[in-house]
Amino acid sequence: MEKKYEILEHMADGKFRAYGRNLGECLGNAALAMVSLMWEPERIKPEIRETIKLEATSPEQLTVKFLTELIYLLEVKSFLLGRVNEIRVEEASKNGNKTYRLEAEVSGDRISPEYEIYGQVKAVTYNEMKIEKSRDGQVLQVVVDM
Amino acid sequence: MDLVRINEFVWEIPKSGEMKVPARIYASEKLIELARRDQTLQQARNVACLPGIQRMSYVMPDAHQGYGFPIGGVAAFDLDEGIISPGGVGYDINCGVRLLRTDYKESDITAKRKELLAEIFKEVPAGVGKGGITKLSRNVLKEILVRGAEWAVEQGYGTAEDLDRTEERGRMKDASWEFISDRAMERGIPQLGTLGAGNHFLEIQKVDEIYDEEVARAFGIQEKGQVLVMIHCGSRGLGHQIATDYIELMENKFGFKGLPDRELINAPFKSELGQRYYKSMCAAVNYAFANRQMIAHWVRDVFAKVMGSAKGMRQIYDVCHNVAKVEKHTVNGKEKLLCVHRKGATRSFGPGRAEIPEVCRQVGQPVLIPGSMGTASYVLVGTKEAEEMSFSSTAHGAGRVMSRNEALRRFRGEQIRDELARKDVELKATSWKGVAEEASAAYKDVDEVVRVSHETRLGKLVARLVPIGVMKG
Repeated sequence: MEKKYEILEHMADGKFRAYGRNLGECLGNAALAMVSLMWEPERIKPEIRETIKLEATSPEQLTVKFLTELIYLLEVKSFLLGRVNEIRVEEASKNGNKTYRLEAEVSGDRISPEYEIYGQVKAVTYNEMKIEKSRDGQVLQVVVDM
Repeated sequence: MDLVRINEFVWEIPKSGEMKVPARIYASEKLIELARRDQTLQQARNVACLPGIQRMSYVMPDAHQGYGFPIGGVAAFDLDEGIISPGGVGYDINCGVRLLRTDYKESDITAKRKELLAEIFKEVPAGVGKGGITKLSRNVLKEILVRGAEWAVEQGYGTAEDLDRTEERGRMKDASWEFISDRAMERGIPQLGTLGAGNHFLEIQKVDEIYDEEVARAFGIQEKGQVLVMIHCGSRGLGHQIATDYIELMENKFGFKGLPDRELINAPFKSELGQRYYKSMCAAVNYAFANRQMIAHWVRDVFAKVMGSAKGMRQIYDVCHNVAKVEKHTVNGKEKLLCVHRKGATRSFGPGRAEIPEVCRQVGQPVLIPGSMGTASYVLVGTKEAEEMSFSSTAHGAGRVMSRNEALRRFRGEQIRDELARKDVELKATSWKGVAEEASAAYKDVDEVVRVSHETRLGKLVARLVPIGVMKG
């Protein structure tokens, strides 16, 4: 797949579309899209690894939880995401209800004067969120509060 | 959608379909055009469909599209029949503004302006991921969540007089930390006493125009050229996480079927979850009050150090513009308690309300409206009329008209710095790209916003302030 994500116009906040062969890959690319609103992920050295494990009741909620986790890592551990090494989403059934489990390994570096941070994503919203099938897999659209 | 013009500045979407009440928009022709371009009007209509909404779904002159509720939306709900919604408060709980007066005139600080700004930049942490100076324990954080600015004053940040001049005296009494997640706490610990980034700023300003001398004097504003300091920030990651957490909890509990927009998720005000959100939100409000209290204290320290004295650096007021509060209002001739959501709207109590400081109770509550980076900001005064018109609320700022992408394509931070320098405005920032995104041309004309507020009597003009020095996170 050529394009991982694209940043879309949004009057007040940040909006992007991420592509992937499946939901996991989409979410990995959405992570890169979101952090590109704050810093340039390709400039971040892969010095540290973080693992993320999450569970949600819908793909939309999983998206909010996963991307919020990256804001948490930034604010609490000063972690700047540079790369998504592995990401997997599995559907399961819990007490008769569908659940979505995500496991990811990401790498990046700590905040330092070496990296310019030019924006701040405060929160991930459901506003205009879309998860759709595409010819090559899936497309995920997200609006984040900045 | 029907939009009926009631008079020059008042527009209404009549009740139809699922709407329980009409929606009312306060705007000039120019501002209503901007509101028509995005989802603002539809969102105001959606809010009018929520259970227990009273009188009308109101939209302030600076409104623009938000999540669920529009930014600039005001909605009040019955405590028994009505709801509380994180989307009606916004992610940045108690994003707000604090204004300090000084005895200095512009000419007094001209020579030291650069140094003042540089020192403030050193003392007040700003930017993304920049931690605070204080290392907090979880127990201290809990105390701050319950006691807000009161805690800060007790620790030596400022004086008790500051509390008299803060909305809620800097402490919402219904606050509790018990229902706040570990995640939110963890995000709150490193960020206390920090300005943050985005549209948040700290400005050294001067009085440019006084429209109402009597009221200005009651607030502590004496003359043109007087130096003031404005602080605009909120509850940082703690508030953002509380909003995110409760949207998820409410969604898991109540589902979002039947809601026109998932971000309108809510809980009955008196339900367990509704109360948990309310108490946690109050705690985030307190955190933000403490945050601004500490920042104001450091600013005074800098003035004392650089200028030799911080005498007369009294607080004019501190307002929150993202909040839900239980307030007494009159509906159908009957006084009752309501849960008033103000999302990007400022409380605007008129003369006589017990909630406003004694020193200005005769004239009304100070209303602080920040402009965008480098443009004018305003001091207004609350009115009696606003009670009937908007549950005592008015605008909160400028609001964007251009996306960040577009701003980045059009402007460069360094160029904005040079332009401001030509206007004799000093600028310090953590990122030039961040400055370009916040270019004032990307924002609505705040002059037009306050003009509508004044003409409609939502809040009356008192003074116009212009920046001398800008610090952007």
